[in-house]
Amino acid sequence: MSNEQLLLVEGVSKGFPGVQALQNVRFDLSAGEVHALVGENGAGKSTLMKVLSGIYKKDTGTIKFKGQHVEVSGPLEAQHLGISIIHQEINLMPDLTVAENIFIGREPKRFGKIFLDDRKINSDAQALLDTLKLPLNPTQIVGELTVAKQQMVEIAKALSYNSSVIIMDEPTSSLTPTETSALFEIIENLKKAGKGVIYISHRLEELSKISDRITVFRDGQYIETLKTKDTNIAKIIALMIGREVQVDLRPETNTSTPEVVLKVEGLSSKKLLKDVSFDLKRGEILGFAGLMGAGRTEVALALVGKDPITAGKVEVGGKVVKIANPADAVAHGIGYLSEDRKRYGLLLGQNVDFNIILSSVKRYSNVLGFFKSAESKKISEAAVKTLSIRTPSISQTAKNLSGGNQQKVVIAKWLTRECDILIFDEPTRGIDVGAKDEIYKLLRELAAQGKSIIMISSELPEVLRLSDRIVVMCEGRVTGIIDNKEADQNIIMQYATKYRN
Amino acid sequence: MAAKTSAGQDDMQVKGGIVAAIRRQAEQSLAFASLVIIFAFFAFANSSFYSWSNISGILLSTAVTGMLAIGTTFVIITGGIDLSVGTGTTLTAVMTAYFLSDLKMPFAVGLIVGLTSGALMGAINGLLITILKLPPFIATLAMMLIAKGLALVISGVAPIYTDTVSGWDQIALGNLIPNLPNAVLILFVAAFLASIVLNRTIVGRYTFAIGSNEEATKLSGINVNKWIVIIYTIGGLFTGMAGILLTSRLNSAQPALGAGYELEAIAAVIIGGTSLLGGKGSILGTVIGSMIMAVLINGLRIMAIQQEWQTVVVGVVIIIAVYTDSLRRRKDRS
Repeated sequence: MSNEQLLLVEGVSKGFPGVQALQNVRFDLSAGEVHALVGENGAGKSTLMKVLSGIYKKDTGTIKFKGQHVEVSGPLEAQHLGISIIHQEINLMPDLTVAENIFIGREPKRFGKIFLDDRKINSDAQALLDTLKLPLNPTQIVGELTVAKQQMVEIAKALSYNSSVIIMDEPTSSLTPTETSALFEIIENLKKAGKGVIYISHRLEELSKISDRITVFRDGQYIETLKTKDTNIAKIIALMIGREVQVDLRPETNTSTPEVVLKVEGLSSKKLLKDVSFDLKRGEILGFAGLMGAGRTEVALALVGKDPITAGKVEVGGKVVKIANPADAVAHGIGYLSEDRKRYGLLLGQNVDFNIILSSVKRYSNVLGFFKSAESKKISEAAVKTLSIRTPSISQTAKNLSGGNQQKVVIAKWLTRECDILIFDEPTRGIDVGAKDEIYKLLRELAAQGKSIIMISSELPEVLRLSDRIVVMCEGRVTGIIDNKEADQNIIMQYATKYRN
Repeated sequence: MAAKTSAGQDDMQVKGGIVAAIRRQAEQSLAFASLVIIFAFFAFANSSFYSWSNISGILLSTAVTGMLAIGTTFVIITGGIDLSVGTGTTLTAVMTAYFLSDLKMPFAVGLIVGLTSGALMGAINGLLITILKLPPFIATLAMMLIAKGLALVISGVAPIYTDTVSGWDQIALGNLIPNLPNAVLILFVAAFLASIVLNRTIVGRYTFAIGSNEEATKLSGINVNKWIVIIYTIGGLFTGMAGILLTSRLNSAQPALGAGYELEAIAAVIIGGTSLLGGKGSILGTVIGSMIMAVLINGLRIMAIQQEWQTVVVGVVIIIAVYTDSLRRRKDRS
C-alpha cells in the first residue's frame, strides 16, 4: 500500500492479574484503508483497541502515529492525536439533539461564554454532516433516531475531532442489511477522505465487502495479516480457531415427530404482528428467519407473555391456553432465552447454582417455604456436568463465565424447570466461533431428547444448519414456511423481502 | 474451542473464584473490624465507656432502629427503598397504645395491632409500587407523610400512656436474661429469624433475584409483583415490631417520635455492606452496621462531644462506608 502509514503497533503486550491479554502483537494501518481485526472472544482485539484509545496502558511495545513515537496516556490524549473509537453500544445522550451530541463539551457560546449559540452549533453540525454525506437533521432529538442513525451521529462526533484513525467495534451488530450497506457507503467515503478505519466484526462475510486487509489474533497473539482479495472466510475462521471448519452445514438428523406441541393461530399484536400462524412439533427445531424488524423476536415475546396480544389463539399440547404474563408461559413449559442474556436471562451478580435453580425454586422448597439447598445443589452440579458448563464450581458468579457458558446456564435453568418448549433468540450472539459449534450440537441433542425448539437467528447459515423447518417473516407477517431440504439462502431471502407493495 | 484455550480459561476462573470468596469474607470482616476498632478506641479514650451498663445501654439504643434496619435490608436487597419506616414506627406505636389504653384492649391485642398495622403499611407500599407502578422512593415518601399525619390524628397530638397495661414495659425493659434488656434479646432473635428467612427460604431467594435483575426474574416465570408486595410486607412487620418496642420502652406512644429513624436504618444497612443497587446484602452486616452507629453516637456523647457534631460524624461515616463500597465495585468491574 503506497499510502501514508497512520499507525504502527509493534511488540505490544498487556497483562492483567491471571491472564496475558496481549503478547507481543503487531498491527498497522494506512491512510485510506479499512483494516479488519478478527479473532474469537478473548483473542485480545478489544484490549488492543483500549490500548490505542488510551483506556488501558500497555506494558511493553511501541506505538507510532504518523511515524512519531507516541504514548497514548488517556482517552483525551487519543482524541488529541486523532484516534476515535465507536463502541458497540451507543454512548449518546438520548434527550439532546444531534448537534448537541456532536459538540458536547465544545458548545459554541456567545455573550461572554455564558449563553449557548444554538444557531452556530446547528450550522456547524449541518456543515459537518454535509461533508460526511450523512442524512441527519442537526436539530433532531437523538433518542428518536433509529440505532443506525444514532451510529451515524457517533461517526460524525468522532470525525468532528478531526480524527484520522476511526476504530469501529461491531458496528453492524444491530443494523438491518439496508442500514449496513448505508454504513459501508459512509466507510467508503471515509476511505476516500484518507482516513484509516480499524474494523472489528464477528460477521466475517462483511469483511470481504468492506475491508482491504484482515489481521487475525488468537489468544492474545498476532497470527497473520492477509489481503482480503487473496483470502476467504473458511481460511480466516481456520486461522481464528486454529483448525478448518466447513461452512453452510445442514442438520444431520431430523428428530421431529408428528406430535404438535405448540400451535399458534392468527397471532396479532399492537406493535407489529399480523396474523401469525405456525405449529411446532415434538423434537423439532423450527428456525425463524427474517430481516431486522421482521417481527421474529416479537413472536417470542408474545408467546412468553411479555408483549400483550390483540388477537389469536395459542394451543399447548392440544389445549388452548391463555398466556398473560411470563409466569403463565413458564407454567405451560415455555422457556425463553433472550439474545440479551445479561439483561433478560441471567442474574449476573448471583452464582451458577442460583441461576440454574431460579425457575424451579418452588419445587426445591418444603411447605414452609424453606429451601432444600443440598438437593438443589445436586441438581445444579448434575446440570453443569450434562451440559459441560465450564465453571470452577457452581458457586462461581455468573458474570465471570464466558458467553457460551452463560448461555448454557440459562439452558440449564429451563431444563431444570422441565420446560419442553424452548425459544432461543439469537442463541450464538456474542459467542465465539468455537463455542458456537458446541451450542449447535447441544440444540440438536435437546431436540433429539424430545424438546421442541424455536430458534430465531439472523445468520442464515445458522438457520440452515440447525432447523428442520424454517418460518420466514417480513413486516410482522409469516411469508413462508419451508422445509430445510427445499431451503437455501436465496429462497429464504426471497421470502424475507416479500414486502407488501 | 482449542483445548489449550479452555484449560487456560478454567485456570483463570478457578483463581477468580477463590479470590472472590476471600474478598467476600473480607467484606464481612471489614465491617466487623471497624466495629471492634471504634469500640476499642472509645474504651481507651474513656474508662466509663467500657462498662456493662454502658454497653447494654448501647445495645438497648439500637433495638428500635436495628429492628427497622433489618426490615429495610430486605427492601434494599430488592433494589428498592422504604422511607416510611420512621413515621411508620410512630403510627404503629400510636395504634398499639390507642388500642391498649383508649380501647382498654388486652396485652395480646396490643401486639397484634402493632404487627398488623406495620404489615398493612408495608403491603400498601408494595401495592403502590407494583400496581400503580410508583417508584419505591415516591410511594414510600408519600406513605411516610400519611403515617405521620395519621399518627397525629389518632393520638390527638398528645402522648398516649400505656402504664395502665401491666407488664407492657417489660417487653423492652424486662430481663429474661439477667442484665440484658429484653429489647436486645428480641432484636437478636429477630435478626436470627430474618437471616434464616433471607438465606434459607423462597422469599429470601426471590429477594436477591429481584434485586439482581428484576426483568430476568420475571421472565424466569416468577410473579415478581406478588413477591415485592410480600417483601415490603415483611419490612412492615419489622416496623410494627419496632413500634411495639418503642411504646414498651417509653411506656407510651409519642406522636412526634420516629421521624428520621428511616435514615438511621438505611445508614445502618449501607454501613453493613448491603448494596443500594440491590442483589447483595446480609442481616449480620446490618446488625453490625447498626452497632457501629450506636457505638459511635454513644462514644461521642461520653467524650462530651456536642450532639450536633455527633450527627455530623455519622454523616461522614456514611460517606466513608459508601465510598469503600463503590471502590470495591470498581475493582470488581475492572
